[in-house]
Amino acid sequence: MNPWPFVIAAYAVTVGTTGALLMWALATMRRAEAAAEALKRR
Amino acid sequence: MHALANPARFLRIARPASSWLLAIGLALALGGMAAGLLLTPPDYLQGETVRILYIHVPSAWLGMAGWAGIAAASVSQLVWRHPLAAVAGRAIAPAGATFAALCLVTGSIWGRPTWGTWWEWDGRLTSMLMLFFLYLGYIALGSAERERGGEGRVTAIFGLVGAINLPIIHYSVLWWRTLHQGQSIGVTGSSIDNALLWPLPLTMFGFTCLFAAAVLMRMRAALAEAKIEARQRRMTQP
Repeated sequence: MNPWPFVIAAYAVTVGTTGALLMWALATMRRAEAAAEALKRR
Repeated sequence: MHALANPARFLRIARPASSWLLAIGLALALGGMAAGLLLTPPDYLQGETVRILYIHVPSAWLGMAGWAGIAAASVSQLVWRHPLAAVAGRAIAPAGATFAALCLVTGSIWGRPTWGTWWEWDGRLTSMLMLFFLYLGYIALGSAERERGGEGRVTAIFGLVGAINLPIIHYSVLWWRTLHQGQSIGVTGSSIDNALLWPLPLTMFGFTCLFAAAVLMRMRAALAEAKIEARQRRMTQP
């Protein structure tokens, strides 16, 4: 059994999922902080 | 801990810390994964599949450390009524659930060429699956309690009770010896050769920094949302 498809799949899932978690955390943080700042200026 | 009870003081530290953790985490995790894929030799028994070690072990560690963090936040909320404890618990849960899921998926992918099966109702695998379901329950309970305007005390109790699963996961390979291998990395040493082991601290520390960055960013988002809600309440008052 060729092991490389399994190794590549495991790394791809890890990189993709961790990247998605970080992007989601960053986007929600930026959106919330921008909204709070806009409300403060009003 | 109590020095960070003031959200303004917490934010002064969290803003630069989240950027630094993100940068350091990305450098170490990517460097460790590249080293694990390209520089280490294959294992004499498992061959190339041993490279999954460098992502599976950090995922398992963070899945468990995440719930330990939730339990600590729960104690802090229930005993000392720390104002940021509930926010911290809610911020840790999605990151912990993500890494618990990654541990299960990478373990399953590793299991197919090594054990010949994607899944086995083994003590370690089953208790890790339980941890993932506990995370989902914690997230659902936290959202429901927040919608009803609760303080999150029931969620905190759930977080504390769920910590019973952590020693079960840890000792599962000793209590029920089935497919999953026993502990190969301990506090005093490791049974894995250094030629294979050296990239592991890089990915362990790197993914831990990324986990901490995600938690801090979620906490900053929650604090900003709370600020918006408070201001909108003040604006609607006559």
